[in-house]
Amino acid sequence: MAINITMPALSPTMEEGTLARWMVKPGDTISSGDVIAEIETDKATMEVEAVDEGTIAKIVVEAGTEGVKVNSVIAVLAEEGEDPDNVEAPEAATAGGSEKSDDSSNDDEEAEKPAKSEEKKAPDDKPKKSDAERTTSTGDSAQKPREAEGKDVRKELEGTSPKLADVGSGKDRIKASPLARRIAALRDIDLSTLEGSGPRGRIVKADVEAAEPRKKQAASEKKAADAPADTAKAAPDGLILPQVLDDRVYDPESYELKPLDGMRKTVAKRLTQSFMQVPHFPLNVDIKLDKLLASRADINEAAPEGVKISVNDMLIKASALALMSEPDCNASFTDKGIAYHKSAHISVAVAIDGGLITPVIRDAQTKGLATISREMRDLATRARERKLKPQEYSGGTFSISNLGMFGIKSFGSIINQPEGMILSVGAGEKRPVVDDAGEIVPATVMTVTLSCDHRVIGGAEGAKWLAAFKRYVEHPQSMLL
Amino acid sequence: MADYDLIVIGSGPGGYVAAIRASQLGMKTAIVERESLGGICLNWGCIPTKALLRSAEVLHYANNAKDFGLKIDKADFDLEAVVKRSRGVAKQLSSGVSHLMKKNKIDVIMGEASLKKGKPAPTVSVKEKDGKSKEYKAKNVILATGARARAIPQAGLEPDGDLIWTYREAMVPKETPKKLLVIGSGAIGIEFASFYNELGSDVTVVEAVDRILPVEDEEISGLARKQFEKQGIKFHTGAQVKSLKKSNGKVTADISSGDKTEKLEVDRVILAIGIVGNVEGLGLEELGVKVEKTHVLVDGFGRTGVDGLYAIGDLTGAPWLAHKASHEGVMCVEGIAGAEDAHAFDAWNVPGCTYSHPQIASVGLTEAKAKEAGHKIKVGKFPFIGNGKAIALGAAEGLVKTVFDAETGELLGAHMIGAEVTELIQGYVIAREGELTEETLMHTVFPHPTLSEMMHESVLASQGRVLHM
Repeated sequence: MAINITMPALSPTMEEGTLARWMVKPGDTISSGDVIAEIETDKATMEVEAVDEGTIAKIVVEAGTEGVKVNSVIAVLAEEGEDPDNVEAPEAATAGGSEKSDDSSNDDEEAEKPAKSEEKKAPDDKPKKSDAERTTSTGDSAQKPREAEGKDVRKELEGTSPKLADVGSGKDRIKASPLARRIAALRDIDLSTLEGSGPRGRIVKADVEAAEPRKKQAASEKKAADAPADTAKAAPDGLILPQVLDDRVYDPESYELKPLDGMRKTVAKRLTQSFMQVPHFPLNVDIKLDKLLASRADINEAAPEGVKISVNDMLIKASALALMSEPDCNASFTDKGIAYHKSAHISVAVAIDGGLITPVIRDAQTKGLATISREMRDLATRARERKLKPQEYSGGTFSISNLGMFGIKSFGSIINQPEGMILSVGAGEKRPVVDDAGEIVPATVMTVTLSCDHRVIGGAEGAKWLAAFKRYVEHPQSMLL
Repeated sequence: MADYDLIVIGSGPGGYVAAIRASQLGMKTAIVERESLGGICLNWGCIPTKALLRSAEVLHYANNAKDFGLKIDKADFDLEAVVKRSRGVAKQLSSGVSHLMKKNKIDVIMGEASLKKGKPAPTVSVKEKDGKSKEYKAKNVILATGARARAIPQAGLEPDGDLIWTYREAMVPKETPKKLLVIGSGAIGIEFASFYNELGSDVTVVEAVDRILPVEDEEISGLARKQFEKQGIKFHTGAQVKSLKKSNGKVTADISSGDKTEKLEVDRVILAIGIVGNVEGLGLEELGVKVEKTHVLVDGFGRTGVDGLYAIGDLTGAPWLAHKASHEGVMCVEGIAGAEDAHAFDAWNVPGCTYSHPQIASVGLTEAKAKEAGHKIKVGKFPFIGNGKAIALGAAEGLVKTVFDAETGELLGAHMIGAEVTELIQGYVIAREGELTEETLMHTVFPHPTLSEMMHESVLASQGRVLHM
């Protein structure tokens, strides 16, 4: 019986995505685990792996289609022994499609489909299968499962008898242990959002249990993000005028128009939302870097091969520790109240071809520099390949953006909602500094700017955080405390 | 330059299995053994005791032949031949290990190993039989030196190889002791008690805890005690042997329980009061290996905290079981090799087996432990008397008990006593490893007529759906 391949949900909040590319075409034989398509979500491109095996009968949603709803059928797979040409495919359902493609009609479609394809199949099959088998299958049929005959009867029954229970048909088959399924159902955890650690990616109990706290966190953050977004839903789309270039002013021949991809759209939407909704205010401070640079050189000298700590790694650590010293600053504004985060998950802005992404170093306050450095390098590499998983670039509580390498002296970043603060790091440069004795001496100094969400952070709190941060950076050995 | 990718020290079921897995993964591997390939398990543990117990079992059937409609006038045994058979079995398997090492191109180094600081792993120095020492370098070293019987010399609980035995002497008796005292009622103590009782010894077992087989489910412990007592074994639970005194080829034990002390004179004593790890002479202290209560501390992949040094099996602590050691060996090596499906060790999925008559087998949490852990539980029980095959076998005594989490349907534990349960328990172990719920187990078809049907019935019973009771 034909299997519908549906649009997977790549993150808990994903409702639709862009089907970027098909890696297979009708007639291709695929087996479980083969990469069949690439899907673009708001920030990443993810590969879709086949769960079942068979032959691609139809591509329902063409490559490049935007706004494909999660769980809508994107292709149809013919199983072994089935003629791919005779498989019926449902209509493509995209977000822009008619209102009628709701759940119930989807179900009907699926219930009917096997029956239909069976009807179509019957004429070709009869001469070679049924007749031959019927004459020979009386002998030892009691011992063996009567495959061919049994199948026909079963299929006839399927059409007539009331639905017994959902016995796990081909659709959205997720590899998970029975226990993992049960616990997920009890705790209302969506298995499709989990990654399995068992054999061949099977989701096991430990994965579901590990997901629960994450789910709670995601829920509170989602609330934080959604609450204002809901009221503002009309705003960005309604308030912002259509962004077009007037042909009378800008001749279309005079520029090249590059269509917006998922990441560009998300970056645009999120930053606009943040800049319009969040009352930003900046705080500046100069920080002496000489000791940090010396410590870094020292650490790298003593570090085992393959470990090379960057200044940025140390700033990540210092930020996390400062958030622990000033827990009032590790906060998100929500309609219901201010969410004070217990752990410092540091988002680090990484510029990538076609946009910007902020992979997160989780629990950075607990991690050593070598771990931070290793994770950061891995995340940045995969970010550039657009291979980050949604859980790797969401859920941060504070952001760092560093443009020092470009020689920028100081700048102010837009807050990465729902986080409460973002730190903009300028270049470390030799500057004349007046020391305690009143002498002018050279020192390596950088200017940092902390942008704060004034709904959550007051000027005094922000200043205290900067003081703590400055202390850690100017006395890096205090990070060991 | 390292001589080997991996050197394994100790060739018991932990060590030699680790070596084979390493070789499969393409590592150049050597194994060091000071005595016989196969370690205690093959030579002085699991296997030879099973050979002895098999003799006892056959004798039991012969003695009860009339229950099966058979006539055997007087069943008897030749102890020397029984022991000889057991040693023969051990020898056959030990040479089997030697063949496995050859087949997998693993170098066998005979001698006593010790370790010195080194990079990337400690250097292995082996003192060979002729007293000469040779040093070997490897990228990784796995310690699998095993364990031995515990002694308490202060109370005279110290083996002397003559009147006071460990498992080792108990396995090669010259004669059956008339009166035998077994101290400790864990698997080892109970197996020897069962064996010698079958051969006609008058057996007394002393256990410090208030029940025998203390790690087993309480209900199973109770049933076991009843059956053993029916066979004539005497038990003192909640009791301790305060002293052992030897005179004229006899041993007098002071057994105290509560405030009363009892004297018992016996011909032989078997010490089965626990296990201590073989941590001495390896140079662990200088390397900074953490040792606690004679066992090396490790994580789920056998890492000791010293670069390149790992430990597995009995050396790392309970449960002291060959299959636990083998499993740890495989996981440790896969961890070293970075194999994709490497996964850390889960002690709760290690089944425990006691091969006495009746047999006892279990996996996971006991009923009491499950409650302690805060689970709301559902318990299923099915007795052997309700199973056709058990009755046909003439083995209608026993019980299969299952403990489920009432909410999630997780099989928290399974506990069995009766014929062949040591062969049955793996079904429940698979269920636990595969995280099957009561539902899947209920949907599973068990063949008829088999003892395994009781496993199905026990699961059904936990949900109030038992069929044959």
